[in-house]
Amino acid sequence: MMSDLEFARAQMAMSLAFHIVFAVVGIGMPALMVIAEWRWLRTRDAMYLELAKRWAKGTAILFAVGAVSGTVLSFELGLLWPTFMEHAGAVIGMPFSLEGFAFFTEAIFLGIYLYAWQRIPPKAHWWAGVVVAVSGALSGAFVICANAWMNAPEGFAMVNGVVTNVDPIDAMFNAAAPSQVLHMTLAAYAACGFAASGVHAYALYRGTPHRAFHRAALQIALIMGLPAAVLQPLSGDISARSVAERQPVKFAAMEGHLRTGPADFVIGGWPDEATLTHRGAIEVPGALSFMTTGSTKTVIPGVDQVPAEDRPPLAIVHTAFQIMIGCGMLMMALAAWGAWRTWRRRRGQGTALPDDRAFLLAVILASPLGFVAVEAGWTVTEVGRQPWIVHGILRTADAVTPMPGLGVTFALFTALYFGLAIAVVFLLRRQILKTGIRHLPIGLTGEMPIP
Amino acid sequence: MSDAAATLTWTLPHAVAGTMVLSLNAYVLLAGADFGGGVWDLMARGRNRDAQRALIAHAIGPIWEANHVWLVLVVVLLFTCFPSAFAHLATVLHIPITLMLVGIVLRGSAFTFRTYDSTRDAVQRRWGLIFSISSVLTPVLLGVCLGAVAAGRVPMMSPADAAALEFGARFVDPWARSWFAWAVGGLTLALFAGLAATYLTVETVDTELQDVFRRRALQSQGAVMLTALGTLWLARDASPMLFGALTQGAGVPVLHALTALATAVTCWALARRHFRVARLAMVGQASCLVWGWAWSQFPWLLPPDRSITSLAAPRITLSLTLGALSVGTLILLPSFVYLFRVFKSPGAGFLPDDEAVTVPEDRAGP
Repeated sequence: MMSDLEFARAQMAMSLAFHIVFAVVGIGMPALMVIAEWRWLRTRDAMYLELAKRWAKGTAILFAVGAVSGTVLSFELGLLWPTFMEHAGAVIGMPFSLEGFAFFTEAIFLGIYLYAWQRIPPKAHWWAGVVVAVSGALSGAFVICANAWMNAPEGFAMVNGVVTNVDPIDAMFNAAAPSQVLHMTLAAYAACGFAASGVHAYALYRGTPHRAFHRAALQIALIMGLPAAVLQPLSGDISARSVAERQPVKFAAMEGHLRTGPADFVIGGWPDEATLTHRGAIEVPGALSFMTTGSTKTVIPGVDQVPAEDRPPLAIVHTAFQIMIGCGMLMMALAAWGAWRTWRRRRGQGTALPDDRAFLLAVILASPLGFVAVEAGWTVTEVGRQPWIVHGILRTADAVTPMPGLGVTFALFTALYFGLAIAVVFLLRRQILKTGIRHLPIGLTGEMPIP
Repeated sequence: MSDAAATLTWTLPHAVAGTMVLSLNAYVLLAGADFGGGVWDLMARGRNRDAQRALIAHAIGPIWEANHVWLVLVVVLLFTCFPSAFAHLATVLHIPITLMLVGIVLRGSAFTFRTYDSTRDAVQRRWGLIFSISSVLTPVLLGVCLGAVAAGRVPMMSPADAAALEFGARFVDPWARSWFAWAVGGLTLALFAGLAATYLTVETVDTELQDVFRRRALQSQGAVMLTALGTLWLARDASPMLFGALTQGAGVPVLHALTALATAVTCWALARRHFRVARLAMVGQASCLVWGWAWSQFPWLLPPDRSITSLAAPRITLSLTLGALSVGTLILLPSFVYLFRVFKSPGAGFLPDDEAVTVPEDRAGP
């Protein structure tokens, strides 16, 4: 039987894992629809207008679920971790307040964007979309600042268990914030770009009568997803260095570096928490030391430097980290393939990208990778920080609510989110994939010949 | 109690608390009306019942997500500026808050799903039922939570005292076994329904629909008066302190007079079909009730013995939050004005040709 602490953690993990999908959509999708509408303004090709509307409809469905699940999270901070909020509220409330305003702006202009196609001039409508995209990205950044504080707590002093000398500005712009914000924002664009690409690549692969429409959609989605995927490993490197500096145990757990000493690069494997050894891992001797410091001999602290009760669950963190890296590598490989094909095409060789069936198939297969990487990355961030809710300051076990019977609320929210997820998938399938392209005057845009 | 109140001067914590009441007031006026719309969706009767539901959906559609954020703002202000109060409330009122959240989630998503799902009646009714039932339950629970706090049934206590209580005494009784709290829940529901019905008379030019909602608005007024009187009567036993504040506190006669005046004007304007006047008066009436509650509870944040000042976060947090609020307001207010100008100005009402809100034909086929 799970303890109340475990149920609280499970409920928080599930709520975050659920919400983050919609939060990412709230950052990425507005950017897509704004690009599509901009192309419409430039070309007056009805196809792009249809595309913007189609993506806006998907955004509307997903944004609503994101808004309500985000509201649940803001309450859950107190419902599940009252002691944490009691100490942290005054310190990190600032980014949450700012996030409130960014989200407010996003909700207002999304309402305008979705419902005012015929009520305001096209330029004004496009600007409303730009405001949605910008405030969506900002609201994500503010929340991540608050999360980064849990990894790099600053801007206060703890005296006899009481928080004093509060400096909310310092807390908000903590040392972990820049790298986390950059990494997550890129992840959102990559995840949305890849997911949207997959949908339209699937339509093209199956053979659709609306080929031009899906080609245009795929092109825009790839333009957003692929560059983000290329930049992401760079930001990942910055993030990893930041973690290594401030949270060496989390870093060691991520990399599977169990014992202090020169660090090997560990691929795969299952770390054994009791013996601090790997089972079934490929190890490149000294490679991690080399990657972090430029020398294979540098001693890197391992998870053994802290007592067992201060270590995060090693297997989960290491595996999640590798899943994230793996997804990132695959996405980057796809981006490289795309770039190579585009370059060849420019020189007059090969077919245009969207018509290469092998490439289409790869895009379809890669479409969930961005979201898998987001989920895995958050597992690394959150589980890797354990047993601390605020790194080095407050333990998760000391922050949990005294409310008993949390298994009940966990079951309740699991059922609720499960139902919502089914409804969302069902609706997106029926409304986005299965319907034809409406309002598209035949012959106006026509079907482009396949080159 | 009155001594403590007299010694308190207006300070930064009070400014934040006032802002929270202001946000809650906005939530009641805007999201409250959306909830009320759900109530009338559930109660839609008669041969034009589909038209009633369509009107409600059109009125809520573009604005509900923005309206809903006011509650998030209240919560964020609470945990930033009064963190220990937030921690305490979230612990003792865990059960009603959780149920309220389920209601919020189901209502918002069901409404959106209904807008974008198939137009077939059965599908629409399924989402509509979830939407409307959760629209009824959520305001009641919100009122119950506020009522329990106002009646002083959620007092702060030491961790040792709290741990000594049994489950029921600690987590259930404070709200579930308070008739007063449930009366406030009923009042909240009646008020939200009244707001929605009154607003809806302005949202349409169809006189038949106007009459439906005019009648509903007047019925709601009856319910508001009944529940308000019931709440006052129950307050005598539930919280003599609150009852005292509601009947003899400073400025209370003015507040009661204003509430009565707003109520009278609402009813008169509804009866005479001056719908715009009725909407304005209804806004005044609801605001009077919200501020009446806040004023009667002042200076306590968690009655009976924790004041707004004693629970406040450090000064720097409060001033920075207020600073952020002012900057945010500079962005937010014009945005809100724009949103409501686009959708709620005369002539912007009910455009049947607005294709963005037309639900597409079911399974149009590729």
